[in-house]
Amino acid sequence: MTAAVRFEQVRKDYHSVQALKGVDFSIEQGEFFGLLGPNGAGKSTLINIMAGLVKASSGRISVLGYDVVSQYRRSRAALGVVPQELVYDPFFTVREMLRLQSGYFGFGRENDAWIDELLEVLDLSHKANDNLHDLSGGMKRRVLIAQAMVHKPQVVVLDEPTAGVDVELRMALWNFTRRLHGAGHTIVLTTHYLEEAESLCDRIAILHHGELRALDTKQALLGRHPYRLLCLTLDSPDRALPPAVDRLVIERDGAAVTLRLHKLENQIGPLLDSVKQSGIGIVDLRTRDMGLEDIFLELTREVAA
Amino acid sequence: MINWRGLYTVFRKEVMRFLKVTVQTVLTPVVTALLYLVVFAQALAAHVQVYPGISYTAFLIPGLIMMSVIQNAFANSSSSLIQSKMTGNLVFLLLSPVSPAEFVVSFVAAAVLRGLMVGLGVYAVAQYFVHLPVSHLGWSLLFALLGSAFLGGLGLVAGVSSDKFEQLAAFQNFIILPLSFLSGVFYSIHSLPSPWDAVSRFNPFFYIIDGFRFGILGVSDVSPWLSLSVAGGFVAAVLTVCLVMLNTGYKLRQ
Repeated sequence: MTAAVRFEQVRKDYHSVQALKGVDFSIEQGEFFGLLGPNGAGKSTLINIMAGLVKASSGRISVLGYDVVSQYRRSRAALGVVPQELVYDPFFTVREMLRLQSGYFGFGRENDAWIDELLEVLDLSHKANDNLHDLSGGMKRRVLIAQAMVHKPQVVVLDEPTAGVDVELRMALWNFTRRLHGAGHTIVLTTHYLEEAESLCDRIAILHHGELRALDTKQALLGRHPYRLLCLTLDSPDRALPPAVDRLVIERDGAAVTLRLHKLENQIGPLLDSVKQSGIGIVDLRTRDMGLEDIFLELTREVAA
Repeated sequence: MINWRGLYTVFRKEVMRFLKVTVQTVLTPVVTALLYLVVFAQALAAHVQVYPGISYTAFLIPGLIMMSVIQNAFANSSSSLIQSKMTGNLVFLLLSPVSPAEFVVSFVAAAVLRGLMVGLGVYAVAQYFVHLPVSHLGWSLLFALLGSAFLGGLGLVAGVSSDKFEQLAAFQNFIILPLSFLSGVFYSIHSLPSPWDAVSRFNPFFYIIDGFRFGILGVSDVSPWLSLSVAGGFVAAVLTVCLVMLNTGYKLRQ
């Protein structure tokens, strides 16, 4: 089957800065794909090249097999992009804007039923005849999503859609994207909220300094690190731990100590015994498997010189 | 294959945009032209005669109509583009499958429509001062069309190239305004001393206005065929520049 999006050795140089250093991977049809990375990693540049808003310095991207430069009509028809910025045209109402956007893609009145459905699903029906200028930020965000969906694209890209969005709207947005995914759309999501990527995405790519640092299924990525965290609350904040235990500490705040344990090498039983033997009482303990956030930080951590 | 619906939609959007602020985009320029007419016609009508048998007011009107047409055609495409760029909503059009040629044609067509509406408004109001029948309707329409298409295209070039309102204002005040004032709207170039009469012949706006004046009055400084070739050449040139800019993604798709 043709890949939903195929990135082939995509490079982008801004003068002396290399924003993308030969990114090469595919997103398959029907995936819920997460594109993660710290600010400035190149996520938006990659998405903008995919959407035809930026030109790659070399390499190519195709959407459903259509080259985004030479076959832009087909690639753009297959792609719905929800921009990161809350942009809108203050001259028009919600419905006018959706009709215009639909017209750009070659649709006429026959698409009105779909526009009504989008307004309904995104809870915008009561705002349909309001000027975009008068809508709240959350409502504008919903309109952006409706605009991206107006031509029923196979591949939907959401670029940081929940930045600055309240909890209620965030939940509504995730329900809507889950629904789109359930209906067979390929979803590409960039987000800063890693727990969201963890709960939504099947496969994740981590981009850092314009390079792909990781590309794997969520399970494999989470299983790649055979560590768990052991959080202890000691009976007193100034206790000195035995050296064998102390070297596993990754964070300490008084009596609260966090240790990173290798699942095979560091057994919890003997470790707790050695703590007790040195006369330290343990008030509370809990363990936590490493989440995407920890793995993300580890992959993108700067190597100290 | 042409995305006709896309082309029509962009045109429609551009027309809706200026019709939503008709007072500013159509009424104001008509009133401005009226002010020129009142001031110049009252002050100079008794002293100046450019062509035998034609009053100064009658001479002035076609020039004022055309000046309004071209200034508004320029304003339409340039201000729409700079606003869309500044607010960021141009992205919606850039994400769509509308081609560079469809983009250019629809923006220029909307600019032409606004130019013609303003021109018609000025003509209608001017009838109050002088009853001015149209000598050659075909020539008049042709030059109104070419003039507004030329300036609509120039507005697109200026709107795409400018990053700030300030740059666009400079383009408008240092290029468009002087060229339209020094184009023989208020005088015949034959009345200019040397070398200004010769210099005026390098101004493309002169031919657009002179050709249009021939359409309305039936007399002109140069042959309408010469004006037609010059105007047609400049329209072709500016539309080519627009297409090259859009095709290469200049300033819009870095």
